[in-house]
Amino acid sequence: MARDDVKTGYKLIGTRPNRPDGLDKVTGRARYGADFSLPGMLHAAVVRSPHAHARIVKIDASKALALDGVKAVVTRADLPTGLTGEDLNLQDNTLAGERALYDGHAVAAVAATSALLAQDAARLIEVTYEVLPHVTDVDTAMAPGAPIIREGVADYSVPEGMHGNVARYMEFGHGDVEAGFAAADIVREHTYKTEATHQGYIEPHACVGQMGEDGRGEMWVCTQGHWYIRRMSAAVLGIDAANLRVTPSEIGGGFGGKTTIFMEPLSLALSRKAGGRPVKLVMSRSEVLRATGPTASASMDVKLGMKKDGTITAGQVFFRMQGGAFVGMSPIGEALPCAFACYDIPALKHEAVEVIANRPKAAAYRAPGSPMAAFAVESLVDEMCRELKLDPIEVRLKNGATNGSKSSYGPVYNVIGLKETLEAAKDHPNYSAPLGPNQGRGVASGFWFNHGGETSVTLAVGEDGTATVMIGTPDIGGSRASIGLMVAETLGIPYENVRVNVVETGALGVNEPTHGSRATFASGKAAVEAARQAMAEMCRRAAADWGIDPEAVEWKDGAAHPAGPNAGKFPPMTIGEIGSKMGSTGGPISGHHEVTAEGVGASFGTHVVDVEVDPETGRTTILRYLVVQDAGTAIHPAYVEGQYQGGAAQGIGWALNEEYVYGADGRLQNPIFLDYRIPVASDLPMIDTVIVEVPNPGHPYGVRGVGETGITPPLPAVASAIAGATGARIRSLPCSPPKVLAAIKANRA
Amino acid sequence: MAKVHLWASLRRFADGQEVVEVDATTVGQMMDALEKAHPGLGPAIKAGLSVAVDGEVIANNRAAPVGPDSEVFLLQRLKGG
Repeated sequence: MARDDVKTGYKLIGTRPNRPDGLDKVTGRARYGADFSLPGMLHAAVVRSPHAHARIVKIDASKALALDGVKAVVTRADLPTGLTGEDLNLQDNTLAGERALYDGHAVAAVAATSALLAQDAARLIEVTYEVLPHVTDVDTAMAPGAPIIREGVADYSVPEGMHGNVARYMEFGHGDVEAGFAAADIVREHTYKTEATHQGYIEPHACVGQMGEDGRGEMWVCTQGHWYIRRMSAAVLGIDAANLRVTPSEIGGGFGGKTTIFMEPLSLALSRKAGGRPVKLVMSRSEVLRATGPTASASMDVKLGMKKDGTITAGQVFFRMQGGAFVGMSPIGEALPCAFACYDIPALKHEAVEVIANRPKAAAYRAPGSPMAAFAVESLVDEMCRELKLDPIEVRLKNGATNGSKSSYGPVYNVIGLKETLEAAKDHPNYSAPLGPNQGRGVASGFWFNHGGETSVTLAVGEDGTATVMIGTPDIGGSRASIGLMVAETLGIPYENVRVNVVETGALGVNEPTHGSRATFASGKAAVEAARQAMAEMCRRAAADWGIDPEAVEWKDGAAHPAGPNAGKFPPMTIGEIGSKMGSTGGPISGHHEVTAEGVGASFGTHVVDVEVDPETGRTTILRYLVVQDAGTAIHPAYVEGQYQGGAAQGIGWALNEEYVYGADGRLQNPIFLDYRIPVASDLPMIDTVIVEVPNPGHPYGVRGVGETGITPPLPAVASAIAGATGARIRSLPCSPPKVLAAIKANRA
Repeated sequence: MAKVHLWASLRRFADGQEVVEVDATTVGQMMDALEKAHPGLGPAIKAGLSVAVDGEVIANNRAAPVGPDSEVFLLQRLKGG
């Protein structure tokens, strides 16, 4: 629990009011991407490559176009040429050019008067392929003899002599690593692997696009960031972004996977070709799994030196990550700095390569790169703690980063709460609960940078004394409630008198998506500044009415007050009184703030998990799960707890079951939820949470983003708990029953 | 002069230096000065970099201030989920 029982001086922050979208969501009234319709709307279907790698010899759409009701077909020939960099990547992924680069790569799209007709028409589009050699595994992709799937992908960073599928290289570190290893009592080195996993959002991608002959368009879309959708779609179609207006729907999960485009420009291209009729495009689950961005798969070497007392003397990692057939998609730039971010170690060396492979274009997934890095490093820390019979929390306290520590990636930490999470985990009853046969306990910590970013917010005072806040960050995890609480706290009015709306691209300046755990931090920070601006104007209106200087007026408890006895004796003028007559006192009152928000507070968490493993089947049951994480200040603790629990649930799925399974033919073998196994409610116990609050000095209410760190520790914590239960260490996720059973048998042997 | 720390695999583009001193008052000026002094860093800068200025991570704000004694670390452009 957060500050339910702690006095902070806040009236509203830290309370748990009902969520503003709750009624709409439980009654089915909330409008998601696929719920939107327009008169005359067409429906679209996409033709996708059945091959992992193939040259597209010919596309014949004549039979499809001959069907009554089919209105348009688009192929790459309908898109502009001359794009470069990430714009070209986006276009290449929206529709394949000369080659299909992965199983599920879009090749053509068709619009018709019904969804069924569009699907029938898609089946009539004949594509002639010349199948090419492919590679899907990250290690195989950089092995001698692996087919080079795209020529010239290496950027400036790749040294001479690396495999042609290596696109990026990075190295950094500090201290004398070899001396550090020489000073250790034990040095251990292992390779760890994680498979690609999908964000698993319940709502598939969906949009309605309309583009007329005048080159102007509109789109209604399920997204984390509609300004990004606008910019990216405009780039792919070769139009000015200003000619495109994008409105976000409610969103049924994103977790990073909806910060980019996959099929959205197709709705506009089809609409343009169909005379401006709106076109709806909704992905199936199989299309989501085959053709939208999962996270990268990774193969990671880790080496650590440790003294008998648990002091870590040196660390070294070499990560290999593939993010699909497109450059720049693997999170090596995030994974490396996250690898040792929880530690203060005198000597570290980090290296990583990005490798391309015939897989879909990876997208961000909740703390991109950090879960994989944590799996590698935290697993080895746990292995060494067990070998030296050391308490894993004490070892982390001994080596953990704290205020003023030089981070593993260079800069010095300001105010952070890692050690507070470790202490809270140590003191929690879960950590001392007795374990039975075949049961084990795992501990791991995790880190995420958090992000601020481009943000624009407007607040309007109502004639009835309410406040309407317009934000540009779609509400995925409760940001409307948390921003409403901060505005209400600032204005001194009831929470119920603040309404927060997510508005379209025409209503505000550019906003980055809801990503990087930034919405409550950055939109909240801007909303507080907008409220302060409105408060200043309301003080000015009251001063004018009273005939005193604006400086002699102060705002408190939802009203303007004379600042002191010398200002005169006037009864407080409430926001309702000021709002009701603002038309005659100078016009509407609003506040606006736009900023590239800085001052993010780094996020740390520690998880403790108990599991029981069935030695006959290898099945793992989660018995208890504890998330401890620093929220800075928990604005709406229920939503914070929800983020912690959601991150843990996704991490447990990654640890136990989830993986992309590719056949020898390079095709995805499990593109449905029946075979791609995400955790369901019956798989998990209630996940316990402890909110640590070490306020972030960079936010007016001390907020740190809380959305991402929670997915990081479960991967190593669960694997370590299984090792505790069975004596068998799984170094390649997922810890699926067959793999655990094989490890148990091998351990016995 | 601000001290800009280059990650190891960037140093070959800056005559092997780990730390480059730059006269700049903003992140944008610092990037421009780096590229002017060491053109080999141009592709990395154009690809997009984040920085940490005196411990504060700046994802992509060229207007963020840099002090005369600031310690700056270059980072690959950070993405979030």
